[in-house]
Amino acid sequence: MNLTDTLLFASGSLRGARSRTLLMILAMSIGVAAVVILTALGEGARRYVVGQFSSLGSNLVIVLPGRSETAGVNPGMLLGQTERDIVLDDAQALLRSTAVRRIAPLTIGTALASHGARNREVVVLGSTADLLPIRHMELAQGQFLPAIDMQSASPVCVLGAKIKRELFGSEAAVGAWLHLGDRRFRVIGVLASQGESMGMNTDDLVVVPVASAHMLFNTQALFRVLVEAKSRDLIARAQKDAEDIMMQQHGGERDVTVITQDAVLATFDRILHALTLAVGGIAAISLSVAGVLIMNVMLIAVAQRTQEIGLLKALGAPSSEIRRLFFAEAVLLSGIGSMAGLLLGEIGSAVIGQFYPALPVSAPWWAVLAAFGTALGTGILFSVWPARRAAQLDPVLALARR
Amino acid sequence: MIEFADVSRIFMVGGQEVPALRNINLHLVAGEYVSIMGPSGSGKSTLLNLIGLLDRPSSGMYRLDGLDVTTLDDEHQAQVRREKIGFVFQFFHLVPRLSAAMNIELPLILAGVPPQERKERVGQLLESYGLADRAGHRPDQLSGGQRQRVAIARATIMRPAVLLADEPTGNLDQTTGKEVMSLLEQLVGQGVALILVTHDPALGQRAARQLQMVDGRIVSDTRNISQA
Repeated sequence: MNLTDTLLFASGSLRGARSRTLLMILAMSIGVAAVVILTALGEGARRYVVGQFSSLGSNLVIVLPGRSETAGVNPGMLLGQTERDIVLDDAQALLRSTAVRRIAPLTIGTALASHGARNREVVVLGSTADLLPIRHMELAQGQFLPAIDMQSASPVCVLGAKIKRELFGSEAAVGAWLHLGDRRFRVIGVLASQGESMGMNTDDLVVVPVASAHMLFNTQALFRVLVEAKSRDLIARAQKDAEDIMMQQHGGERDVTVITQDAVLATFDRILHALTLAVGGIAAISLSVAGVLIMNVMLIAVAQRTQEIGLLKALGAPSSEIRRLFFAEAVLLSGIGSMAGLLLGEIGSAVIGQFYPALPVSAPWWAVLAAFGTALGTGILFSVWPARRAAQLDPVLALARR
Repeated sequence: MIEFADVSRIFMVGGQEVPALRNINLHLVAGEYVSIMGPSGSGKSTLLNLIGLLDRPSSGMYRLDGLDVTTLDDEHQAQVRREKIGFVFQFFHLVPRLSAAMNIELPLILAGVPPQERKERVGQLLESYGLADRAGHRPDQLSGGQRQRVAIARATIMRPAVLLADEPTGNLDQTTGKEVMSLLEQLVGQGVALILVTHDPALGQRAARQLQMVDGRIVSDTRNISQA
């Protein structure tokens, strides 16, 4: 019997038991679809987090005041002194590194904002013109902070979309005056609504020049400095340069923490990748359940078709041929089942994508391959026993029964 | 052509040995028409199964065309069955989901005959058995006589030397039974050996050679002079 005939015969017997075949394909496809959809969700979550990080800006190095020691004692603690603040001079000094493209110092505080009769407490962010490209912010109206020296104050401010809505309503905000604490600022721009990104809502901000913020809050200290490296390859150098420069600035003491966005990102990436694998593994269990189901149904099929098997033997089919026939059936079943499952999985992912457009739901290629392989593998593995049983059937007994 | 030397077949039933065939010695020549008769349980079907290589003797030797087939492995026994032996059963044993033509084609598929040749041979056989207009029908759409004719066509498509028929008319009414018998006897005329198992003496008498079995032994072996 040649291969085409074997496949034709096997598909014929599958068509002969239509409901059995459909149920098996269903079980198989649900298993495969589960793997595809769950890994797509896991992968989607990973890509979502990665996306969130890159919306913070790319090639970022962040300088924070204070140093977290994981081991030993902070010398400052013994001497009874705290670490020094990061001031604007320090931030300016960071630009000496050739690995650094631009920096944005950040100062944060809250102040009462009022326009006319309306007022509310707002988060005020002091920074420079470079914050816009570094943080990948977008403007809806007007312009961003002027590119002036970071040491000089200027009574201008840029509003977050929500602040604009709440204080100005439909009124034009650009050009109007806004009171922040005891000072007056001219509104020169409004940020586009971007929503939450990594816990910071740019819709709920008022951005002012950093020197103005320092005057407003009566401080010199920076909350942190965002440093953008010139390229991805230069991130490590930028980090090292930042540490060295800060050490020089602070009299040889390492009292700042420099983290790279990449390090944080890589950690998240690893965690979520592991999560995807775990979820995919759980789904793979359902696939093996489908495999057991296939075995069960194939065994029943052998019992139901004893007569046919006996007949085939009487007509001159050796045991190996019978085994091959049942084998071909299992391969066809799990093959069609996996195909249907992939389709189902893609549709499911697409539907989830419709409901949660923010989540990039799409199964990674390795998961699709793994699901397909596992389905085919379990189908074949679990058909070995039924096929053997069919092959070992005694033709005399098989034919004696009516 | 068929030689049985001291063949016994013993079944184990519940730990006890139950002999179904005891020391059978038999010699059949090509083209012979033999009937095996006897009460149920006398071992006629077991003998037929042994001849058809569906079963193996517990002791003794079976030669088919001079070849000792008892020692052949499964693969080769299947090949011998395929090429030399045709089965006709009481309950037809057609594959229900396949059409008449495909049922007849089955042995050719198993033998790996190319599709073009298969089609031709099946077509010829359908024609000569008067089944041409029934080719596409499934077994449940055929009458009993038609079913048995399909089964006979299937048994003969490989042009076997021996045709083994186990109560071929047992499930048919008298008229169709007669038709089926005359079809089988026609094949004997073409040189095929026919071994017919039946408990119906009237049917058995038609054969040129008659074997009577009782209790696993051949008790009489007579030849019908008038028909021989």
